[in-house]
Amino acid sequence: MRQLVFHPLRCLALVAWSLLATAAEDPVQVRIGYLAYIPDTGPILSNVIPEPKDAGLRGAELAIVDSNSTGRFLNHHYSLTSASADSPQALLEHASEQHQQGLRLFVVNAPVETLRQLSAAMPDSLLFNAGSPDDSLRSTACLHNVLHTLPSRAMLADALAQFLTVRRWTRWLLIVGQPPDDTAYANALRRAAKRFGHTIVAEKTFTFDNDQRRSAQADMPLFTQNAEYDVVLVADERGDFGEYVPYQTWYPRPVAGTQGLTPTGWHKTVETYGAAQLQKRFEAAAGRWMNDRDFAAWMAVRSIASAVTRLRGTDAMQIRQLELGDNLPLDGFKGSKLSYRSWNGQLRQPIPVVQPRALVTTSPQDGFLHPGTELDSLGYDKPEVTCTF
Amino acid sequence: MRRTLIATALLIAAGQSLAATAFVSNEKDNTLSLIDMDSLQVTQTLPVGMRPRGLLLSHDNTLLYICASDSDRVQVMDVATHTIIKELPSGKDPEQFALHPNNRWLYVSNEDDSLVTVIDTETSKVLAQVDVGVEPEGMAVSPDGKWAVNTSETTNMLHWIDTSTQTLADNTLVDQRPRFVEFNKDGSQLWSSAEIGGTVSVIDVASRKILKTLKFEIKGVHPDKVQPVGIKISDDGKYAFVALGPANHVAVVDAKTLDVVDYLLVGRRVWQLSFTPDQKQLLATNGVSGDVSVIDVASLKVLKSVKVGRYPWGVVVAP
Repeated sequence: MRQLVFHPLRCLALVAWSLLATAAEDPVQVRIGYLAYIPDTGPILSNVIPEPKDAGLRGAELAIVDSNSTGRFLNHHYSLTSASADSPQALLEHASEQHQQGLRLFVVNAPVETLRQLSAAMPDSLLFNAGSPDDSLRSTACLHNVLHTLPSRAMLADALAQFLTVRRWTRWLLIVGQPPDDTAYANALRRAAKRFGHTIVAEKTFTFDNDQRRSAQADMPLFTQNAEYDVVLVADERGDFGEYVPYQTWYPRPVAGTQGLTPTGWHKTVETYGAAQLQKRFEAAAGRWMNDRDFAAWMAVRSIASAVTRLRGTDAMQIRQLELGDNLPLDGFKGSKLSYRSWNGQLRQPIPVVQPRALVTTSPQDGFLHPGTELDSLGYDKPEVTCTF
Repeated sequence: MRRTLIATALLIAAGQSLAATAFVSNEKDNTLSLIDMDSLQVTQTLPVGMRPRGLLLSHDNTLLYICASDSDRVQVMDVATHTIIKELPSGKDPEQFALHPNNRWLYVSNEDDSLVTVIDTETSKVLAQVDVGVEPEGMAVSPDGKWAVNTSETTNMLHWIDTSTQTLADNTLVDQRPRFVEFNKDGSQLWSSAEIGGTVSVIDVASRKILKTLKFEIKGVHPDKVQPVGIKISDDGKYAFVALGPANHVAVVDAKTLDVVDYLLVGRRVWQLSFTPDQKQLLATNGVSGDVSVIDVASLKVLKSVKVGRYPWGVVVAP
């Protein structure tokens, strides 16, 4: 009813718009490539709730719509060319095709090795890393033409460790899975433990060489029987065994890390500072909850759009320069303005620490001071970074 | 004791009928808290629609309009009886709104639909819907009724709607996340806050260009926490007050020189502001601390915090 009656008026408004837009500025075409390669991490034990296959892409798509809303008024037109590959080689080929079509701005959702290859293959382009939390990219082996919207493992671990400091849960039992990614996550936890004064009382690798006839209920208490700890930290990025640790520990202690109490770039339960509207827009567009990969890709496109709005142009290196300056506050619905660290290209951002159905806290925690911005108490700070960015 | 004296003195000075009442919307409680402005106590808590946010009074102060965002409607409350007398078809997720000087046309921002809906409050009919940017939020109508201005938070623009045709006439690009707009009394200036940009733009209405961009620096508060939201400008043109969100302060701006003259410490995440009818006091809703700060305008002092419901958002004061 409402639609029927008022559509003509809305159409009029649209006509008025396009008139305004054409009068305003010369048109700018902003073409952004989305490159995804998500390797199969193998079968996992806790496979009841599968991860969405289009994580990341739907965030980038929504950000294109959001950016065109400003674009309409400025005569800037944003478009996304997306490619998904099942091997690194295929992704490089897709990237090369897009590059030949003239694209110089990319959002990449791929593991660190693939990201390195893409970075080297397209030195004249600006890449946004929305898929790899790898710490070396932010500390010892930076990539000149890559900015990171996904938080690093170090940022996640620091966000969690700050909260554990506030709660005084300082004695940790660390359980680590076997894949290299789990080792990397555990390394970030060890670094955070050292930074924030925690003690790792014991460290165990979960190898599945237990008696497989026994359930988690029978096995996990024995596995976690140890010198006393305040909290169990789990490093199991692909979600293989970690879901079976909470409530099964020898001591009645909370579980945190990749399962249980989890630091993440984004979660359904983030709702303040306008986040509720982003969540609703995303859910209407994608039909599911927005996760950290979606947010990282959304943030990448929005970073590009904020710079384009300012520059009135799309030059990749000019955008890089503007993003790394301190004059482009970015809106990420996280309660403070966001910006990129000039020393490694990492987006500084608050980190929600969540349990599956509630936001528990957001780090940085009060009292963790920093001479620049408290957000830099999370992850690799300038003096710790050895690479030249 | 002292507070009672002040309150009594104010009342006598104002020469008004007894006790103005403040209405505060509690976003997470689906209620309004009513504060008696004599005693500064919450006297009643009224259930309303889901996620109540924006509030405004009809120009004759007889009706209270309530944006019940998650109920997708605007509720109309009889101020005398405190009963909801009707609900208006606001469009989806109404957040903020403004009433035309004709006391009939209500301009509502529909945050999820990128629309401004214009409702005739007498007939309850939708007069028009105007496409604007993403996440329309702030709304204001100029005192002469010529312009309705909407802010869109993700598009970062002010959208100027010509009320004679109900169509979009112009756009002004402002800083990130424009959240609230307010005209000064003579309608020559429009003030617009940018939550992420951390600024307030003062715009010349005649040219629709930015006159000055105000920045805020509070000793001991990190610049990132300065996130301007609600604005109120006193009718005498002396002061503008700006709620600075998680900076937990209200900035006092000399509205003539456009210089910031003071910062008043209030509760956590200060949101929206409202004067009492005599403009001697200013109320500020503090979303996170769940209370309302009462500010004395003459002395620029915070008199009291009044505890209300969870996540207080909007506030208006009826005589």
